[in-house]
Amino acid sequence: MTGDHIVGVSVPRKEGRDKVTGRAQYVDDLTLPGMLFGATVRSQVPRSKIGKITFGPGIAWDEFIVVTARDIPGKNVIALIANDQPCLADGVVNHPEEPILLLAHSDRHLLPQAVAAVSIEYDQLPALFTVEQSETRSEVIWGSDNIFKSYLVEKGDVDGIWKKADYIVEGEYKTGAQEQLYIENNGMIASFDAQQGMTVWGSLQCPFYVHKALMALCNLTADKVRVVQMETGGAFGGKEEYPSMIAAHAALLAIKCGRPVKIIYDRLEDMAATTKRHPSRTRHRTALSKDGRILGGEIELTIDGGAYVTLSPVVLSRATIHAGGAYYWPNVRITAKAVATNAPPHGAFRGFGAPQSLFALERHMDRIAQVVGLSPVEIRKRNFLQPGQMTTTEQTVREPLDLVRLLDRALELSDYHAKKQRFAKENELGTSRKGIGIAAFLHGAGFTGSGERNLSSVVGVEGCADGTIKVLVSSTEFGQGTKTVLCQIAAETLGLPYENVEIAQADTDQVPNSGPTVASRTVMVVGKLVQSAALGIKQTLMGSGLLGDSYSAEQFRSACRTQVAAHGQFRSWARYEAPADVFWDDDKYRGEAYAAFAWAVYVAEATVDMTTYNVSVDDFLALQEVGKVLHPVLARGQIAGGVAQGIGYTLYEKVIWQNGRMQNGQMTNYIMPTSADLPVVRVFFEEMGNVHGAFGAKGIGELPMDGPAPAIVNAVEDALKVPFDSIPLLPEDVFEALLAKREPQSVGGVR
Amino acid sequence: MRSNPADYQLVAPASLQAVVSLLAAEPGAWLPIAGGTDVMVQYAAGKLPARKLVSIWNLPELRRIEVSPEEIRIGAGCTYTDLREHEVVQSEFSLLARAAAWTGGIANQNRGTLGGNIVNASPAADSLPALLVYDAELILISVRGERRVPYKDFHTGYKKTKLASDELVRAVCLARRFSGYLAYTRKVGARNAQAISKVCIAALGRRASGVVEDVRIALGSVAPVPLRLAETERLVTGKPVEPSLLVSAKRVAIAEIQPIDDIRSTARYRAAVAGNLVAEFLEKIGEN
Repeated sequence: MTGDHIVGVSVPRKEGRDKVTGRAQYVDDLTLPGMLFGATVRSQVPRSKIGKITFGPGIAWDEFIVVTARDIPGKNVIALIANDQPCLADGVVNHPEEPILLLAHSDRHLLPQAVAAVSIEYDQLPALFTVEQSETRSEVIWGSDNIFKSYLVEKGDVDGIWKKADYIVEGEYKTGAQEQLYIENNGMIASFDAQQGMTVWGSLQCPFYVHKALMALCNLTADKVRVVQMETGGAFGGKEEYPSMIAAHAALLAIKCGRPVKIIYDRLEDMAATTKRHPSRTRHRTALSKDGRILGGEIELTIDGGAYVTLSPVVLSRATIHAGGAYYWPNVRITAKAVATNAPPHGAFRGFGAPQSLFALERHMDRIAQVVGLSPVEIRKRNFLQPGQMTTTEQTVREPLDLVRLLDRALELSDYHAKKQRFAKENELGTSRKGIGIAAFLHGAGFTGSGERNLSSVVGVEGCADGTIKVLVSSTEFGQGTKTVLCQIAAETLGLPYENVEIAQADTDQVPNSGPTVASRTVMVVGKLVQSAALGIKQTLMGSGLLGDSYSAEQFRSACRTQVAAHGQFRSWARYEAPADVFWDDDKYRGEAYAAFAWAVYVAEATVDMTTYNVSVDDFLALQEVGKVLHPVLARGQIAGGVAQGIGYTLYEKVIWQNGRMQNGQMTNYIMPTSADLPVVRVFFEEMGNVHGAFGAKGIGELPMDGPAPAIVNAVEDALKVPFDSIPLLPEDVFEALLAKREPQSVGGVR
Repeated sequence: MRSNPADYQLVAPASLQAVVSLLAAEPGAWLPIAGGTDVMVQYAAGKLPARKLVSIWNLPELRRIEVSPEEIRIGAGCTYTDLREHEVVQSEFSLLARAAAWTGGIANQNRGTLGGNIVNASPAADSLPALLVYDAELILISVRGERRVPYKDFHTGYKKTKLASDELVRAVCLARRFSGYLAYTRKVGARNAQAISKVCIAALGRRASGVVEDVRIALGSVAPVPLRLAETERLVTGKPVEPSLLVSAKRVAIAEIQPIDDIRSTARYRAAVAGNLVAEFLEKIGEN
C-alpha cells in the first residue's frame, strides 16, 4: 500500500486534459460515413387536431427522407414512467413544439428551409397554460382530472392543532420555470443495421433510459440496442429524459434511410422544445405556539408538469418530501399534485422539486418570524430537527446532527449580526438599500423512497491484462466530476495510485447499469458500489495468494497481470442492496425517504439600487454538511456553480410564456448572470460522515440549488421591508412593489 | 445556422471607392457588412433578408481615428475596442469610451463598429446617446461625393435613417469642446455585462455661479430613436439644483419619452428609471 490518501485530495480530472486541449469528442465532432442530417417539424400551436400536411413548393422533396408516426416499428411512445408521450404526434398535438414529423438530408444547410416549407393545417382545441387554469378543469387535457400525480403525507393530528395555536401564519409562494442552459446543445447520432441492431451516440446523462426507450420504439431486444455517451458539455438534468426523444428521432430516420443520421439542436430549438424546471405554487398554513414553536401545518404544493407525465411524479415526490425542510413538524399534512398544461413537458433540473418547496418554506419561516416577533435566526433555531426526532415522513434523524451549531457557524463566518445592524443604520441614507438573509435546508441524496431498491444498480471493476484497473459504470461525466471521483474511490480502496485507475466510456454494450446519473446519487450510491467491487478484486487476489496483506502498487499490478494471464477476464461486480433499516411505504408515503441528507445554511447579502431597482448579491456564504468531501476542488466547484445557478433562478432567469411557448428562447433575452453579476461564493464544509456513502460521502450536486433563492429574497425583504413571494424577482417587480407601497423618496414619478 | 450559405453572395472589394461604386451600380441591392455583430445574428436565425453582402471590414479608409485641434474624426469602421483604447476618446469623450466598453462582450467589441451601430439604428444602441450629446456629425460617402450631416437629424424613426441606398457612413466627427463638462452615463440592462439596454443615459453638464449653466441629456431605449431631452434641458438651465428641481425635471423627462412594453422590460419601469437617472445626473451636477 502506498499509504497516501487519494480520497479527499484534489487530483486532476480524468478528462480534463482532453477538454482543455480540444481533443475531447462531443457528438457533433463525430462524423460517420454516409451520414445524413436530421431535423424536426414541430407543432406551431398548443393543442390541436392535426389536419392536412402539405410539402410546399421550392424544395426538392425527393431528396429528403421523411418520417411520420406511421414509420415507427414499435410503440409510438418515449418509454419512461407513464408512457403517454408520443415520439411523433399522431393526429393530435398537446403542446407547442411537439414533434410531428422528421426530415433528413445529406446537406444540413437545406434542412431549415425544408422544415419551414412543411405546412400543417390545425383544427385547434382550447388549451390550458397555468396551474390555475388546469385546476378549473374547464378543459380536460389529461386523464379525467388534469392531475398527473398526487401525494398525501400525514403525520399526527393536523385538524386538532388550530384551536391550540397562538398564531396561525399563511402564505403563498410561486417559482418560475428555468432553463438548464448547458453549454453544449442536445445532439444524437443513430446508426441501424438489421443484423447488429441500433446504435446511438449522444450527449446524455442516462444511457439506460435511452436504451429502454429505443427498445420499445424500435421493437428491438436489449442486445440489439447500444447507447454510447459522448463527451457531454453540461446537463443539469436537462439531458436526463429528453435525449431519449432525440435518440428516438435519429433512430427512426436511420431505420428509414439505412444510413447514419445526426440530429443537433441549435440553441433556439433547444430552448424552445426541451424541458425546463417545473413552475410551482406552494401554500402554507402554519400553527405556532406563543414562543414560536411549530405546532403543525398544512402545505399545499402544486407543480406545472406541462403536457405529458414524463418525470413529474418523481419531481413532485422530491418536492413533497422536502416541503417540511430542516424543521420538526409534530403534525403536518402535505397535499401535493402535478397538473397538466399545454406547455412542453417540464422536466429534470438540478434540485428536482426541492428548490421549489424549499423556497416556499424558507420564505414562510421569515414571515412566521415577523408574526411571532422573533428574528429569522431564532425562529429557525427553535424549530430545527434534532437527533431522534422524525421528519414529515417519519424518518428518524439518526446522525449526530446539530443544526443550531451549523447556523451559528454560518452567522459567524458571514458576520451576520454586525452586518444586519450596520445595514439598518446605513439604509436611512443614500441611494441603495442593503439587506442580509438566511436559508437553512436539507437535500436528500439518492433516489427517493424505494427508488434505489428498484434500480438495483450494478457496478463492475476490472483488473486489466496490463495490471491497471478499469471502473465499469453507466454513470456519466457531464462536467461534475463523475469519472474523477469514481476512479479516486477505486484507487483508494485498492491502495493504488490514481493514475492506475481508468473508467470505461459509458457504452451500454460494455458497462453494467449503475443507474441514471441524477439525484445526487453518483458519489454516494454508485461510489459505494465501486468501493465494494474494488474490494472484490483485492480479496480475489489475496485469496488466490497473489497478493499479501501489504503490497506495493507494482506488486498489485503484477498480481493482477498473473491473475488475467491464468484465468482470463478478471472482473468483480457489486449490486445495490438496501440497508436493513431503510424502509419506505409507497402507499402512505412514509418511512426512510433518503439514505442520507446533506444539511446547509446559506447567508446572502443583497443590495437594491434605488435608482434602477436592480438587486445585486454582494456576498454569499455557503456552509454545508456533506458527509465527507472526496475532492475539495470539485466539491467547491459544485457548490459555487449551484449557487450561481440559484442566483440566476432568483434574480435573472425568467421564461416568458405566450400560449405555452417560450418567447425569449435565446441567450440575449433569457438572462443568465455573468461573472460580472456574481459575488465570490464563500464555500465551507462540515464533515459528519455517512455510513451509506463511499468513504462517508453524501450527495452534494443538487444541494446548492435549494438555498440561494430564499436566502436572497429574505435579504431583499430585509433591505426594503417589503415581502416578495415569487421568483424570479426582477427589477420591474421590485419597482412595482415599491410603487404599491408608495415610498415617496424611492420611486420616480410614473404617469 | 438556420441560413443556407449557398443562398448568399459575399464580395470583399479592396477599397472604399470600389465599395461605393458597387453600391451605386445596384442601389439597395448590397448590404454592407463590417464586423457582422448584427448581420450574423440575423443570418444564424435564418432571418437575413439581404442576399448580397459587401464586406467593408478593415478597409483602411474606414479604420482611422484622426485628431485635429478642433475635432476628432473617427472612421466608421473603427471597433469598440479601437474606441476604448484611444487616448483622446478616453480623455475627452469618456461617454463614448464607456459606451464602447459595455457594448456586448470582448469578441463583439473586437468586431462591432461605430458605423454599424449607427446604421443598424437600434433605439437601444449603446453609443448613440453619447453621439447626441457630443453634437456628432456624420460624413456620408457615395460615388456622388461626401456630405456632412448632423447626427441628431440622421435617425428618422424606428430603425430608419437618412442614409441613401448608395451611401455609406464614412466617419463620425466630434468637436473637441466638451472637456470642461461633468460627464455622466449609465446603462441599465438586465445584467452587468452582455446585456441590451432597458434604459441608457449619456449626459454632460456644467455648473457656474450656483446654477446649471449648460446641460445635454440623451437617453436610449425609451423611444423609437435615441432621444435628446430638449424640454428637460431647457427646464433646468439657469436654475440651482434643488430637490424641487429634481422632481420637476423627472416629470418633464418622463413626459418627453415614449417607452414601450417589450420582451426586456415595461414602459412603466423604463419611465421611472429614466426619471431617476435624470435626477441622479442633476444631483451630481449639484455636488460638482
